[in-house]
Amino acid sequence: MNINFTLISQAMAFAIFIWFTVRFVWPPLMRAIETRQKTIADGLAAGERGKRELELASQRSADVVRDAKQRASDIIAQAEKRAAQIVDEAKGAAEDEGARILAGKKAEVEQEVFRAREALRQQVADLALAGASKILRREVDAKTHADLLASIKAEL
Amino acid sequence: MASGTEVTPTSYMSHHLTNLTSSIGDGAFWTLHVDTLVMALLTGIVSFGFLGWVVRGATSAVPGKRQAFVELAVEFIDEQVKSAFHGDRHAFVAPAALTVFIWVFMMNAMDFLPVDIMAWIYERLGLHNWRSVPTADVNTTFALALSVWLLMIFFNIKVKGLGGWIHELVCSPFGKNPLLWPVNILFNLVEYVSKPLSHSLRLYGNIYAGEIIFLLLGMWAATGLSGTVFGTLLGAGWAIFHILIVTLQAFIFMMLTVVYLSMAHESH
Repeated sequence: MNINFTLISQAMAFAIFIWFTVRFVWPPLMRAIETRQKTIADGLAAGERGKRELELASQRSADVVRDAKQRASDIIAQAEKRAAQIVDEAKGAAEDEGARILAGKKAEVEQEVFRAREALRQQVADLALAGASKILRREVDAKTHADLLASIKAEL
Repeated sequence: MASGTEVTPTSYMSHHLTNLTSSIGDGAFWTLHVDTLVMALLTGIVSFGFLGWVVRGATSAVPGKRQAFVELAVEFIDEQVKSAFHGDRHAFVAPAALTVFIWVFMMNAMDFLPVDIMAWIYERLGLHNWRSVPTADVNTTFALALSVWLLMIFFNIKVKGLGGWIHELVCSPFGKNPLLWPVNILFNLVEYVSKPLSHSLRLYGNIYAGEIIFLLLGMWAATGLSGTVFGTLLGAGWAIFHILIVTLQAFIFMMLTVVYLSMAHESH
């Protein structure tokens, strides 16, 4: 154990090595490590954000799908209602039309009957008048008894 | 092991424990342990050169295996410093701790080199006396401990001011009362003397003792068949155990450095 100049030389070497590490080794390595830590932290945060956004988006898409389904079923229900309404209206219109046609025809028939009856009445009156005139040719003057004949005709 | 002469245990031990010296002036102090200095510089240049090389190509993207290894060591040191030192550790204390740990670890690790094979190689290189382990030389450990000690005083003055430091020397730990001043000063003196001593001698003692045991086992291995068998087995066992000691001592030395520097930053 003999202390000598080696001590001083070693101390100088030590100082140089410390200077080298303080100056050239530690700061750049720490910078690299810290930059990487920041990158990793940012990446993790971005991943977290992406996950949350995906959750939100899927929630939103589910909402949209549910809405669309709701609307579709609404539209279908409305359409069915409208269809039933149209059928009902058509049915009503057809019934009305039928009734109207029927009424028209009935009126026509009645008119025909009336007209036939009038014609018949005329004919019967004519016949009766002819028969009566034939019988009463001699004693009855058509002119003088015209109002009587007309009243008979009207009774028929 | 000079060829031709009888090898005795004494000559074997002293051969392995003698430094290659070079005189640079008059007096016992002005000698240089060339082997200690060269091995220390070599380990330092290799390890810090490696660190510098890796850091120069360091990327903040996905690191390669080499960079990941360096980062592992650096972050380990950083964690330790963070737990012991509360301040801006990145400015000086943490990189200094990294330097201490890596360098002391590498110098301790020279203990793994097989003593006699290395001696044979050094002999071929024309180096008769050459000790591989710089930390088994008390000059190295004292150099490190005294540097830390000076840094400690430097930070004491830098943080608290010269007056603050002297006030602390006089009034801490027992109190401000003038009657207690001599006790405080004596106490602090003992502390300031014992810190570098325990700091350096712990490392030196452990590594030196480890080297001695390797030498003893090497000597035993030369005594016959059973000596060879047991010397080999125990040598292997001691080398494995030594991995722990080498790392642990480097770690302790680094932690003490951090703690001393941290104490220098705190006021009492």
